[in-house]
Formats: sequence, C-alpha cells, structure tokens
Amino acid sequence: MSGAAGRDRPEFVRLGDADRNGLFASGLEYNPPARGMWNIVHTGMLVPGAHEIFACAQGCLRGVILTAAEMLELDRLSWISVSESDMFDGTLESDIVDGVRDIIAKLGKHPPVVLLYLSCIHLFAGVDFDDVIRELSESFPDIHFVDCYMTPTMRTTVSPVMKMSAQIYGALEPRPLDPKVIGIVGNDRATDEDSELVRIIRSSGFELRDITLCRTYEEYLRLAESSINISHIPTGVLAGDELQRRFGAKHLHLPARYDYNGIADNYRKLCGALGVAIPDFSEEIAAAEAALAEAKAVIGDTAVAVDYTAVTRSFELSLLLKKHGFNVKYIVADTAGGEEEAFDSLRELDPDIEVYSAVNVNMLDMPEREHEPVLAVGQKAAYYFSTDRFVNMIVNGGYYGYSGIRKIAELMKDAYEVPKDRRELLKLKGMGCASCLV
Amino acid sequence: MKNAARIIPCYSADTSGVCSALYELGGLTVVHDASGCNSTYSTHDEPRWYDMRSNIFISALTEMDAIMGNDEKLIADTVSAAKDRKPAFIALCGSPMPMMTGVDFDAVAAEVEARSGIRTFGLHTNGTRSYIEGASEALAAVVREYAEPCGKVRGRVNVLGLTPLDLPLGADKHIREWLASHGFECGCTLAMGDSLESIKKLPSAEVNLLVSEAGRGAAEYLKKEYGIPCICGVPFGNGFADELAERLRSAANGSKPVALSTAEAGQAEVIVIGEGISAMSLAEALRRDLGLNAGAINTQPSEGAASGDVLSCEEDIEAALLELRPKAVVADPLYRYILPAGTRLIEVPHFAFSGRCFQRAMVNLINTDIKEYFK
Repeated sequence: MSGAAGRDRPEFVRLGDADRNGLFASGLEYNPPARGMWNIVHTGMLVPGAHEIFACAQGCLRGVILTAAEMLELDRLSWISVSESDMFDGTLESDIVDGVRDIIAKLGKHPPVVLLYLSCIHLFAGVDFDDVIRELSESFPDIHFVDCYMTPTMRTTVSPVMKMSAQIYGALEPRPLDPKVIGIVGNDRATDEDSELVRIIRSSGFELRDITLCRTYEEYLRLAESSINISHIPTGVLAGDELQRRFGAKHLHLPARYDYNGIADNYRKLCGALGVAIPDFSEEIAAAEAALAEAKAVIGDTAVAVDYTAVTRSFELSLLLKKHGFNVKYIVADTAGGEEEAFDSLRELDPDIEVYSAVNVNMLDMPEREHEPVLAVGQKAAYYFSTDRFVNMIVNGGYYGYSGIRKIAELMKDAYEVPKDRRELLKLKGMGCASCLV
Repeated sequence: MKNAARIIPCYSADTSGVCSALYELGGLTVVHDASGCNSTYSTHDEPRWYDMRSNIFISALTEMDAIMGNDEKLIADTVSAAKDRKPAFIALCGSPMPMMTGVDFDAVAAEVEARSGIRTFGLHTNGTRSYIEGASEALAAVVREYAEPCGKVRGRVNVLGLTPLDLPLGADKHIREWLASHGFECGCTLAMGDSLESIKKLPSAEVNLLVSEAGRGAAEYLKKEYGIPCICGVPFGNGFADELAERLRSAANGSKPVALSTAEAGQAEVIVIGEGISAMSLAEALRRDLGLNAGAINTQPSEGAASGDVLSCEEDIEAALLELRPKAVVADPLYRYILPAGTRLIEVPHFAFSGRCFQRAMVNLINTDIKEYFK
C-alpha cells in the first residue's frame, strides 16, 4: 500500500522504521464506523439491577443514551443535562443531587445500585463527588451509589474504560474471603469455558465467579468472596488492584498472550497461586499448532491484517502468525505499549509490515483505495481493508491460552471460507450485547 | 426537574448540528473535544458516515492540553490535516471542555487561516445546546462566506435547513421533484445533496423555503442581504404540499409570507411532537389530508414566528400531553414511554432523537399520499 507518501501526517509506517515508543504523531482523529467495542454504558449494565444516571452536557449524553436504547436497556438509564449556566452559577453539585432525587422518585422501585457518572467538566470544575455520593446515600440508604466517570479528556491518566471496569465492583461490600472461590475480573465477556485457565480453576475444586456470569444482585455481591482475582486484559488491571486494596483478595494479572512461553508463564503463576500441579499442556499445544497449520493451508499467502481491537496484543499475535507462515502484512494499531518484545521480534522478522494508525485523518478514504484480498482479524482492519473475510472479534473474544490460539486459528480459517456481511456486523455497538439494529 | 429525564433521550447537540450541516460541502470540520463528540456524531447522528466520506474530525483534546491552554496543538494539528486533506474551507467548533477553558474559536480560526491559507471560521458550540443552534450557525457561516450577488432567476426556490437530523436521506430529491411539479426551479438544497458551488448562487432565488430551524440563520442573512422572502414548511402529504407551493408563489410575487398554523392548544385531537417546522407542517398536512384537528409540540429552539412554544424536557412534554389528552400522538417511537394511558402513538422516527434505532422504519412523507400511513 502506498498512500502515505508526501503526507504531512502519514497514516502508516513501515515496521522497520517505526518507533515503538511513539508510532504516530498525535493529531486530529477520525472515527471509523466499526462499533463493536464496548463503552462505559455497556460495562455498567453488567451489574445486575443497576440503574445508570449520567450527568453531563447534551453532546455527551446523546451517545450514552442511545447506547442504552440500541441495547434495549433504555429503562435502565436516566440523565441530567448540564447547561452553560450550570457551570458558573454555583448549582453544579446541587443540580446533580436534585436531579438524581427526581429521577429516583420517578423510577418507582428503588434499584439496588445507582451508577452515577460525572463528566470531564465536573471534575475540571472541582465538583466534590464524595460529598455528592454521601448526600445521596443519606437520602436513599437502601441504594448503593457508585461514583463513575465519563472523562475522556483524562484518558491519558486513567482511561474511562479501565476506570469503569473497576467501578462496576464498587457496590460490593466486604465479605469473608473464601479460599475455594476464584474471580475473573475486569473483562466484559466471559472467559471461554474451554480455556485451560477456566478448566484449571474448575477442575481443581475451585468455584469461578465472574460478573459476566452474574444473573442476580446476590450473585453479584458474592463476587466479594473471591480470595484471588484474576485479570487477563489490560483494562482489567485496575479492577484487580482495587479489589485487592479493598478486600485483601490477591490480584493475579495473567495477560492474554499469543506466545507459548508467555502462556506457560501465566499457568505457572496460576497453579502456584492455587497450590495445584501444573498440568501437561502438550495436547493443547499440539492442537493449537494443528489449527494454525490447517488455517495456513486454507488461507495460503493471502495478506493478513490484525487490528488492536480484536486482540490486546496485536503485535504478539502477528508474530505468532508470521512464525507459522501467515502472510501478515498489515497491523492496525496506534501504540505498541506492553508488547515491546513482540514488536522488536516482529520488526526483525519482517520490517516491511505496515502499521496503520486507526485514527489518522488520512485513513478516511482508506476503504476506497485499491486493496489486494485481505483476511482481517478485527473490525477496524476489516473496514479499512474493505474485506468481508474477517474475524469478528473484540478484546480477545474471551479466548485465552493455547485453546485461545487454536480457536482464533479456527476463526481465521472460517473467516476465509465464509465471508461475512461487514456492514451489518460492524454497525452493531457493544459486541455480544442485544441490539435493536439486528 | 427541567434538566433531568427518567427515560427519553435528549436530542442531538450543537456539535452534531454543525457536522451534519457541513457534511457534504467539502470542508474540514474539527470538533475540539477529547473523543466522545465524534463517536456519538458518527454513530448516532450521521446516517451518511459509512457511505459518504467527509472530513470531520476531533482534536483529541487531553487533560494537559486543556489545563495548559495548549491551543497551539489544535492550530498545528488542523493546519497539518488541511495540508493532507485539502478542504475547501475549515470549520472549528467546541465542546464542553473548551467552554470551560474559554477557547477563543474566532482567534484560533484566524490563526489557522493565516497559516493554511484556507478560509476558516470558528463556530461557537459547546455541546450543551441543540443541534438546531449548531446547524443554523454553521449554515449561516457558509452562506455569509460563499453566497455571491447575482441576478434573480424566475421561479427559483432555495431549500434551507435540510439535514438528515430532521428529514430522512433522500428528502432533497423529493423536495426537488415537488418543486418541479409545481413549476419551480430548485436552487440550492442547503445542505443535503448539494455543493459549495450551489451556495454561491443562493441569492439568485426568488424565495427561500425553510424546512427546519436549522436553516434559520441562513434564511435571515439572505433576507437581510438580498431581500429574499422566506416561507416555512415541509411539503408533507398532498394537500399541504399544494398549499405550501401556493405560499411560495405568493411570496415570490411579493405577498406577505404566510406562516404555518395548527390547531389551538387544547383543541387538538392529534399532537405532533418534533422540530417546530416539521411538526407544524405535519400537523397542517394531517388537517388537510385526513381532516384531523392536529396541533404540534415544538421541542427545539425556534426564533421565528412560525413555531409555537418550545417544550424541550421530558417533564414538560409529559405534563403537556397529560393536560391535552390527545387521542393520538405522532412522534418518534421513543416518546412511547411518556404518553398518557390510552393515547395512541403513530410512529414517525426522527433521527435527531432516536438516531439509528428506527432508521429502517423511516418513510418518505413528502409530497405523497399520507392517508395510508396515518389511517
């Protein structure tokens, strides 16, 4: 692809020329119509029975309200708009409190939890969120109010997604830790039951708890009994750390890896923490290898594009695929944070791989350019390379470990053999959630 | 409380109004915002996003840039993007955080223009107002900038305020056909299905048709500078479409423009809820084509005499409906949550309200038989 020549802000960089500490200069940003990633509304809805109340400007409200509407949960979200005068007339905090009281009065039945979201402008104006929560908690002692944040301006400090992944556990109360209960936290979809991670936990006599599996509020409250909490996606780290700080539950971050040594290291740590023997994974590894070989046989030398929304380690997955003969030519990612080793190895293996920014303004007309046939892993790659042969997956898809590699290989093979309706799939927000657009 | 809602959505905001209004004009629009404005706009407020490219971006404002007042980054990034994208013009507008920090968009625009050599204008949105206000300011800005004095063309009509936030895609085509069928020549359809080139010739029209308050600023400018009279209305149905054509003809001939009129509050058996001009036009169409005594609730800001009182919050609309007790309400499907018991809802999806949720159910009501739809 040669589209970046002469650009003031090139939209791609050759891997051999890329600086992994800063792939692209920041600039204006484009938003491609690939909507599968979750936002803080989707995540909040994981708390059974929770009611979300957003206080922010109309422009910000619009997106969250219609997220709820599209996922058929409009009755679980209310809002308080902030006007220009509210910012300067001293009513910013009282408007929140009065608005929440008004909404709760209209709800009829009190929800067990209210997730109250404030926005950038509230924090910038110095709103005392603790005081707001305290006042509301005194007014409604039967409701647990949780402070939540829609603060994209602060994303370089703590991303709203990471913060929300932690705040959904905010209504948990301390309970005696149960040494036979293990939690998986910070993820927005259940971890594959077929993964070695889940199988080790379950087969060793432990009970696995995960907010994505909770159907009732009581089940949710029992998450506080986990003696060890495992996070495996980067945005789940804060959740694990917070639960460790609040309840003393050990946090084990075992990041989803696409590297056999990394996976083995994760399982060593897991088994050590559980006090169980490390199983023999030779069959699982062989199955992953066989699946990769089978996928390669089908896909052949078709160009492969991997994007950062499909997997949390796009360079590591690309390296694995490259080592197994796949013609990985494109990566869509704006950073290489957290996978420096894979980045360097991949650069050495194939410096001609092109890394594309997902948000660069010049990506606007990328879909119209002439593309060779591409198999994409991820929605943004599918959109940008205009291909219906794509793996429709976000944030590792819940897959993990050796079985995760096997399943992604199987999905790639399937994606190659059975083209999808790209437009219809990419438009759906919050992959896995209900949608009125289906 | 006026600013709180239990369940119904809010309408699109001013930033989306700007982007929607300028979408097809070949410019580069920058919303000075962290991230949400662009994803909200492109997901929920812009049905053209997948099929039609437009240079609409956000500045990706960060906390540190906001605190430090780093306008230089916005300026440099915009100039850089303009080098690559080569737009016809540049529009800059703001979201809530720039409102807090007091960004001077006129000054930033002047700096961008000086460095890029491309005509640039600042628009004064802050994410707290209606799409109508953003769109109106944006359309007025391009008209002020590009409209050129020219001779009048007999029978030419401009259509102002046309965006997919208020009228479905394809409305431009239906309005053109309707105008042609009544012997008019359609001038500029500002700003759906038309271009910057066409804007230059706006002053050649004899009369302007304002189909949404989104075109109010442009209409007022063209009236003041070029003396072009303005008629409000959307040619819904058949009877009202014919009547509206007559009103255009009278106005073109120098008669005083006729305003939209609907049933008195409290008398209406049917209430249409929505943007003022659309809602009142549909109410007139229901009266003429179906003999219904129809009134309207205007939910959006309105400066013209054509629109009635504005009810913009859930509490007020719910209370008004409870008091009026209409037999039926014609409104977006998401109004179903606040209708009085026993009131029938006839669904007419409104993109500026429910976004994509009911896009598939949108039908053309312009210059067509609406009896079947509303029977």
